[in-house]
Amino acid sequence: MNNDSPLLTLFGYFAMLSLFAVGGANAAIPEMHRVAVEVMGWMTDRQFADMFAISQLSPGPNVIIVTLIGYHVAGFTGAAVATAAMIGPTCMMAFFVTRFWDRFKHARWRIAVQAGLVPVSLGLIGASAFVLARAADNTVMAGILTAATVVVAFFSRINPLWLFAAGGALGLTGWL
Amino acid sequence: MSDPAAPLPTTPPDAPPPHRPPLSEVFLAFVQVSVSGLGGALPWARRMIVERKRWMTAEEFNEAFALSQFLPGPNTVNFSVVFGQRFGGAPGAFVAMAGLMGPPLIIVTILAVLYAQYGDLETLGRILKGIAAAAAGLLIAVVAKMAAPLFTVRWNSGPVIAILAFIGVAIMQWPLPYVFLVLSPISVALAWFKR
Repeated sequence: MNNDSPLLTLFGYFAMLSLFAVGGANAAIPEMHRVAVEVMGWMTDRQFADMFAISQLSPGPNVIIVTLIGYHVAGFTGAAVATAAMIGPTCMMAFFVTRFWDRFKHARWRIAVQAGLVPVSLGLIGASAFVLARAADNTVMAGILTAATVVVAFFSRINPLWLFAAGGALGLTGWL
Repeated sequence: MSDPAAPLPTTPPDAPPPHRPPLSEVFLAFVQVSVSGLGGALPWARRMIVERKRWMTAEEFNEAFALSQFLPGPNTVNFSVVFGQRFGGAPGAFVAMAGLMGPPLIIVTILAVLYAQYGDLETLGRILKGIAAAAAGLLIAVVAKMAAPLFTVRWNSGPVIAILAFIGVAIMQWPLPYVFLVLSPISVALAWFKR
């Protein structure tokens, strides 16, 4: 795999990954981390955490983190290839499945498949949160900030922007 | 047994949507959803499509969104395709998807260039470190909110499957496809035989 050009690797990898990303891009974060940091050595743990932070700051779907990874690996072409690979196959799938979905609205297998996938994607998104916290919280203060954010976000409907602003300000002033 | 002249209780199920929005309007609507959505575009998509444009009822929206979540891949992107397909076939799906992805792609590419240039700056690193810690906390809170209903229902296999998926990916660091291909059939089978 290392002999391939980075573009082919990016394309093949993200196209494959997208098909297992049930629960959205957030469910695939640990796998992206595993491959980008540990298997391929494209970036450090810290850079991965930075990219996740940047993707959260940008408006739009969370999947946009693959654009950042693609750019980091192979510039503008890499960004385009990674993004197209991550959304292309699943858009096709969504397009064709929509056309016959309604017919199976009450089919037992469809209800079982849908109900069965919920806990799997919950576990995967939980794993994402764990991997990100481990990458971001390498000091005690950062861990405390993460814990405080959990409490605030769980019990209020505060706009995430305020939490990012508070985190950024604490980081800038050297608290973390 | 039924009187053919009896009034229909509701609109017939096959009735076309009241009006087909022009593609340019669909494009602009999704552009707007994408630039206002921070930390998930779902609430904005609902506001736009159900409340402002009235292109779908709340129920239709929920069903389309359930489908988008169940399919692999990014949920909101899937939703744009599902919505676009229903309202304008292939061109509709493409236009909605392009509207949703276009602005974030431009913004994030600019950020990627800036990061490549200035990522080593110590100041920027410190700010991003704080944001990353907050973003991780935010995701943990999302997971906690999602998990709450699963754990309050009387005993079911959900929590066990969720914990196994978590351990496999987060602790054992096994590749996602393996974990997914082993756990999903088990979980679906359990859902099938439940009742």
